[in-house]
Amino acid sequence: MNQTVTSEQGRNLFAPLSEDEKNNEFIAVESKTYLQDAWAHFRKNKLALISLYFLLFMLLLAIFVPIFSPYSYYEQDLTMTNVLPCAAHPLGTDKFGRDIFVRIMYGARISLAVGFAAAFINLFIGVIYGGVCGYFGGRLDMVLMRFADIIYSIPSMLYVIMVMLVFGSNIFSVLLAISVSGWIGMARQVRTQVLSLKEREYAQAARVMGAGHWRILFQHLISNSIGPILVNMTLMVPEAIFTEAFLAFVGIGISIPQSSWGSMANEARSLLQSHPIQMLWPVLAISLTMLSLNFIGDGLNEALDPRKR
Amino acid sequence: MNTADVILKVEDLKTYFYAGGGLFSQKKVIKAVDGVSLEIFRGETLGLVGESGCGKSTLGRTIVKLYEPAGGKIYFDGQDVTALQGPKLKQFRKDVQMIFQDPYASLDPRMTIGEILKEPMTIHELYQNDAQREQRAVELLRIVGLKPDHIRRYPHEFSGGQRQRISIARTLALDPKFIICDEPISALDVSIQAQIINLLKQIQEESGLSYLFVAHDLSMVKHISNRIAVMYLGHIMEIGDSHELYLHPMHPYSIALLSAVPIPDPVEGKQKHPEPIAGELPSPLNPPMGCPFSTRCPYADDRCKREMPALKEKNGRMIACFRVE
Amino acid sequence: MDSLLTVKNLSVDFQTDQGTVHAVRGISFDVKSGEILGIVGESGSGKSVTMYSIMGLLTDNAEIRCDQLEFQGVDINPTHFEDKKGYLAAMKKLRGCSMSMIFQDPMTFLNPTMRIGKQLCEPILNHTNLTKQQAMQRALELMALVGIPSPETRIRQYPFEFSGGMRQRIIIAIAMANNPLLMIADEPTTALDVTIQAQVLELIRTVSKQMQSSVILITHDLGVVASLCDRIHIMYGGKIVETGTDREIFYSPNHPYTAGLLSCIFDPREEHSELTPIQGSPPDLLSPPAGCPFVDRCEKAMKICKLKMPEYTQLSPTHSSACWLNELAKGGSEG
Repeated sequence: MNQTVTSEQGRNLFAPLSEDEKNNEFIAVESKTYLQDAWAHFRKNKLALISLYFLLFMLLLAIFVPIFSPYSYYEQDLTMTNVLPCAAHPLGTDKFGRDIFVRIMYGARISLAVGFAAAFINLFIGVIYGGVCGYFGGRLDMVLMRFADIIYSIPSMLYVIMVMLVFGSNIFSVLLAISVSGWIGMARQVRTQVLSLKEREYAQAARVMGAGHWRILFQHLISNSIGPILVNMTLMVPEAIFTEAFLAFVGIGISIPQSSWGSMANEARSLLQSHPIQMLWPVLAISLTMLSLNFIGDGLNEALDPRKR
Repeated sequence: MNTADVILKVEDLKTYFYAGGGLFSQKKVIKAVDGVSLEIFRGETLGLVGESGCGKSTLGRTIVKLYEPAGGKIYFDGQDVTALQGPKLKQFRKDVQMIFQDPYASLDPRMTIGEILKEPMTIHELYQNDAQREQRAVELLRIVGLKPDHIRRYPHEFSGGQRQRISIARTLALDPKFIICDEPISALDVSIQAQIINLLKQIQEESGLSYLFVAHDLSMVKHISNRIAVMYLGHIMEIGDSHELYLHPMHPYSIALLSAVPIPDPVEGKQKHPEPIAGELPSPLNPPMGCPFSTRCPYADDRCKREMPALKEKNGRMIACFRVE
Repeated sequence: MDSLLTVKNLSVDFQTDQGTVHAVRGISFDVKSGEILGIVGESGSGKSVTMYSIMGLLTDNAEIRCDQLEFQGVDINPTHFEDKKGYLAAMKKLRGCSMSMIFQDPMTFLNPTMRIGKQLCEPILNHTNLTKQQAMQRALELMALVGIPSPETRIRQYPFEFSGGMRQRIIIAIAMANNPLLMIADEPTTALDVTIQAQVLELIRTVSKQMQSSVILITHDLGVVASLCDRIHIMYGGKIVETGTDREIFYSPNHPYTAGLLSCIFDPREEHSELTPIQGSPPDLLSPPAGCPFVDRCEKAMKICKLKMPEYTQLSPTHSSACWLNELAKGGSEG
């Protein structure tokens, strides 16, 4: 009895396999979009991940601390000057009795806003300018890139100081000043990317299909350069933050009493001997923010560029 | 065949590239395609074979208007398309498609298969809405033997053969009359090559379109081509019926090229030690004076080194060689 | 003939982002001295990975398991070495000396900033006691041997001054610098044109005869195999599915994959041959099938093929194949 069963099974095993049972176009890899894949890689870089969380935390503090704090960035309390960190003033007060914590967070608003706004402006100009140069090439590329070279060849501090003098000390002139020459690096990078990508067969396939120039440029070329563009952008943010802080420090940036990390460092300079701790806070804020942005840039670079894994 | 049956006609086509040309050096001219004339009939496949660097891909890309010709004329469907612009160019782009060599590079890595297949339909505003386009995309996938659920996947998840089938599906989206296949199988495995060849043949039987099939390995070309053109250093050396040409190649270069194909038979393959033709393709920057093959040809004489023989008919075949005259 | 290289039950896994890729799944074979062995398979069949693991050239994310790996009776099984350093040092001594490799793409192997002469001398100086002058002399001899015209001037040139075919000749010259016992050629002619391919194949044939060294030729081109190899292994999905002499494989293929491969290649002698392609795509080695790797594309597939890998059936002393159809035939004749 037992034997018949096994031989029965044996015969079934040797029955032909139907076409439906074959699975010959099988793909085992789980489908992932580019960004999902990049995020999975980014997450593996602990330093970059911590930096990202730090920056988000900073952003939340910058938004909410000035709203909910009992102190404001400009209110002076001359009875409470140069207080050391305590329960009422977590980071102490400055020589006018203003709460340093609130001022740092208010400065963070300005620094981060300037940093990201400048990066976005440069992204916008740089991508279009570089994309057009790389895609159309030839004489247009020659003329446009030489023009960019000329702008780039003049020291950027010169523009900055000139713009500040003409338009006055406010956040918009700071942005304008940073953006005059800031987009050129981005434009160059996008141009190189587009130059090499436009020779790829998918770009040529799009041309053969009858796609227009703008479709090829944005849909195929720039979307495939998104990696280097994002990396370049994250590295542009700290540059802009630094420029803003520098301007405020030398006294031609955001006007008093608005606080900026640079102007706070400038004010603390006179008390460096007696209250060095007041210098510590703005410097710490600047360096931690810039450091974490650089780490994020590194992490993105690794996550977005398959060759660097 | 009469002229009405000619879908594509190329007359004395020339494509030049310029190399170098800095401040102190003169520009060098690379004559990638140097005076090629040929005709392709409706519903036919013309195989274009030659070694890398002979200009066969450049010829294909010039016909499809990826490169600007330096001279000569291209006629498609009786119409001069050499300097087409605007809406007429767009119509030409719909009728003439191209399948590329590298299945890893010819699909945009950031787009899903569905987006890739729908793109040509969007460009030419075929179908009313996206749902209809999606339906057509699924149908195209089925034609090339892939599954409907592959539509949400990305190109890098597929194997080489699957990707090449996707790019075939993409060209079919526009119902073209003429497809240029630029070495579509040379990057694929043997078992997959046969799949692609048979798929292309089946599509041709169903829709009656024409192919220009560019290839450097001769092995598969014969299966798909009605006629074959042999190209060397920018010139057509021989054009003829594919069976005839394979059995009795007449141009010394065609003979050399065919005898170099290894025979898949252990006994004959080992016996056959063809005297491989010596040397390699001359640099296109500095081509020989007369016949381009004269530097490697065992029969070359003084005349071959001085002047280029014209493509002339002989026994129903076109040959460019003084020896055959 | 003695066995020069013995491989028993070799498996290679790669850890990747997507998961573990089982590139080679338990293969065994040997190479006899003086023979030309062909390993035929599609891309992703594991043929190159097998050779790289024998040469100790795999990347760090590879995991090798192996029962036996012997070259000339010397144990080179990486799992038998205590540490990686010792293994790599041992392999360094062997590589470029008694075993060498011919790569597919010469440009990735040659250093573009180094003169050809220096690159040719390197393996000679590393493995022998010759002086620089003597090594240069040997390099000149090698260049003449592989058919490079006017070696005296070309030895001072850089790789970019050579054409593709000439570079491949240089690679062959470097591989044979120390009269190796075994040369592994990984798709040596895939990047070349047919006329150049014919020249290079001819060169490999004469060189191996002259030096009496064994050659393992990895390729996907059956035409190349037929004209060069004595014995052939057919690989599919990380396994060897059929082994035999050249005649056995070409004239009486047993495994449906081998038969399928033969029916979809082109024979220039036939006037009207039809192509019969193998349907579908090769298996995904991220999750290889439990049974026969070819089951999903096989015309004759049975239920059991999906469940279990068949044993090898010995069809002749030199011919064996792993297919359930053989078991079925045996069962039929017995019962």
